[in-house]
Amino acid sequence: MTAQADLIATLQGKFSSITPRPSADHPALNVSASAAVALLATLRDEQAFDYLVDITAIDWSAEKTPRFTVIWHLYSTVNHAYLRVAADCADDANPVAPTATGLWPAANWHEREAYDMFGINFAGHPDLRRILMWEGYPYFPLRKEFPLAGLPTELPDAEVAAETGTRLISAPMAGGPFVAPAGGPMSTVEPRAKDEAWSEQQEKPHAP
Amino acid sequence: MVTTNNELAYNSKIEGDVVVTQFDAAVNWLRTNSMWPMPMGLACCAIELMAVASSRYDIARFGAEVMRFSPRQSDCMIVAGTVTYKMSTAVRRIYDQMSAPKWVIAMGACASSGGMYRSYATLQGVDRIIPVDVYVSGCPPRPEALLDALMKLQQKVKRERSASRLLSA
Amino acid sequence: MATEHTFPDTAAKSATPLPKEFDPEKMSISMGPSHPSTHGVLRIQFELDGETVTKADPVVGYLHRGDEKIAENMTYNQFVPYTDRLDYLAPLANNAAYAHAVEQLAGLKMPPRVEAIRVITSEMARVSAHLMGLGAYGIDVGAWSVFMYCFTEREKLYTLFEKLTGARFTTSYSRIGGVSRDVPPGWIEEVDGFCDQFLPILEEILGLLSRNKIFLDRTVDVGVVSRADAIAYGLSGPNLRGSGVPLDLRKDRPYWGYEQYDFDVPVGSKGDCYDRYLCRGEEMKQSIRILKQALKKFPAGDWYAPDARRIFAPPKEKILTSMEELINNFMIVTEGPQMPAGEVYFEAENPKGTLGFFIVSKGGGVPYRLKIRSPSFCNLSILPKLCVGNLVSDVVSILGSLDFVMGECDR
Repeated sequence: MTAQADLIATLQGKFSSITPRPSADHPALNVSASAAVALLATLRDEQAFDYLVDITAIDWSAEKTPRFTVIWHLYSTVNHAYLRVAADCADDANPVAPTATGLWPAANWHEREAYDMFGINFAGHPDLRRILMWEGYPYFPLRKEFPLAGLPTELPDAEVAAETGTRLISAPMAGGPFVAPAGGPMSTVEPRAKDEAWSEQQEKPHAP
Repeated sequence: MVTTNNELAYNSKIEGDVVVTQFDAAVNWLRTNSMWPMPMGLACCAIELMAVASSRYDIARFGAEVMRFSPRQSDCMIVAGTVTYKMSTAVRRIYDQMSAPKWVIAMGACASSGGMYRSYATLQGVDRIIPVDVYVSGCPPRPEALLDALMKLQQKVKRERSASRLLSA
Repeated sequence: MATEHTFPDTAAKSATPLPKEFDPEKMSISMGPSHPSTHGVLRIQFELDGETVTKADPVVGYLHRGDEKIAENMTYNQFVPYTDRLDYLAPLANNAAYAHAVEQLAGLKMPPRVEAIRVITSEMARVSAHLMGLGAYGIDVGAWSVFMYCFTEREKLYTLFEKLTGARFTTSYSRIGGVSRDVPPGWIEEVDGFCDQFLPILEEILGLLSRNKIFLDRTVDVGVVSRADAIAYGLSGPNLRGSGVPLDLRKDRPYWGYEQYDFDVPVGSKGDCYDRYLCRGEEMKQSIRILKQALKKFPAGDWYAPDARRIFAPPKEKILTSMEELINNFMIVTEGPQMPAGEVYFEAENPKGTLGFFIVSKGGGVPYRLKIRSPSFCNLSILPKLCVGNLVSDVVSILGSLDFVMGECDR
């Protein structure tokens, strides 16, 4: 990707931690978390990547280090080109990343969502609270150890919970959705649910 | 001409142009033919709900086109769409604010049972938080299916002993 | 954390406490989540000075169903019905955008017929979504007839969708590597007939609003979004173009053969609600223009990529007679279409804005991470700035003009 190589060559002087990131389509860079905001500012001001498309994160699961990667997608309204910037969060247990709200107000809600789903703290964010789940929801749903069915907790409104006696339960997966795990002889891999919920009473079923 | 219909009978030979019926039947007739829905339109089923209200399927024929969003003025809550846990408490509050008599139609797969969203955030069926009278299947149900549900609700209401409830409560 | 407020209805603390910067001396009101004008389950917490908004805090997430987590647990094809229900006013457009994003991961190139089908269905979905937006906007500002007329036209589109896919909306039409079935005979002519009769009706509908004094009073100079703000807040679609930014992915980065069609992109000047409304109306006319061209040029050929061996299910007669196709079909259905490892991001110009899919794959039939970049989520983020200084009834007009869909915003 010559565009990617050119971009890295241009920016290498100022930012020594930039490395190319393998990507199926657009140019992509890796950068360290400490230099991320400065890099984004340079990209916005000097390389004409003035539109922040998206901020998201990837959880590489608890066994991997570093665990969380924050991804910024930028678009240039002038050149009509995309760029992906990725930075790993230093700490695995309490991930922290720098905020881009100083550069683009659009970052505000994207970072709130990344915090809500992954628990990544964006240092310097003006108002970091949950956006998709309610305040007081105790888990971070998109982390890999959190099951799709969810873990039991209380309803958001205590009054309604008391009146109806309902709780938030793990959704009954009933063995679905049916996906066959890859690999292994076909006689042993049957389509089954990839993960089901567990609770204190019942352990998560181990893969056979 | 005397008919065997013991709900509603004209007997003009004896009483003239007077309708004789049971109090239950009269009250139920009034209720079924002006069932004002409280549209709890949450997701895609709300679009089909709007299609039922529009001119092709025309819920106005059933007296139910008055879709006011005020719970105090409505009789039937049509839960159309996925109820998430975050929204469920609002649904319950609005159900509580509706004045009796009230009924609930759970429209669509998501409202009936959580639908295809078996996840951490979706209430697995709105009947976990409010009592439901009619369930409509479909994702989304065709407008004809919702009209069928309304008709089934009307039949259910016609069988109620509303007079004794009114007088006792 | 939250200031002490007593609401007239209940003494219970709300599950979403008011933001800490709200002034306890001013009135706080919560609009939604069940409200006729919030276009779905949006809640806005206002701090009001009389009737004027001084602060606004939108609360979203009332329709958060966990789509991204669901995507990590099912195959690429199994996820297609979930994409329908993102922007549920234009499901065909979402289906096509998602399928294209996954196909980019594998580097698949679609035959011209597939691209033409995707263009035709996306443009029909655009007309359908804008009609709905117009109708809902009409109701919000008090014009019932507009809603009824728009829905009549949408019903005609629904009939066409049903003939093509089997469902009125929530079509689940795309598959990775093509579409689920070919265009039925006679469908192209019917769509052509729809286009012909639609333009005069559209003129009639727009004529009810465009020069209507009441509508003008409610929308002109209301909710003005400056050019810089529109880019800074990540707006897209007619909201961005209404503010004078001439960005349209169909022109800037053409996909599905859009470069061969001749069409204009309406761009506003002032960035108020009226400009956004006019953009949508004009976009519908341009969509019909694209449709006429696409229908005329409609190429023959395959409706799936024939070289997508382990990705697209082979034709049924081959599956039932030949061993290799049988095994391929089995693998595709149970393990999923086999995608190479990699990261890909693709955005399509959907009616609400640019819908993007960021897919991280570690190989295999199930994505490792799927992020849906939702235009409505980004469009709503400008609300705290846009509502301030307006009356509450202007807020209703602003919400209608932003034309968002909560299914997409919350996923």
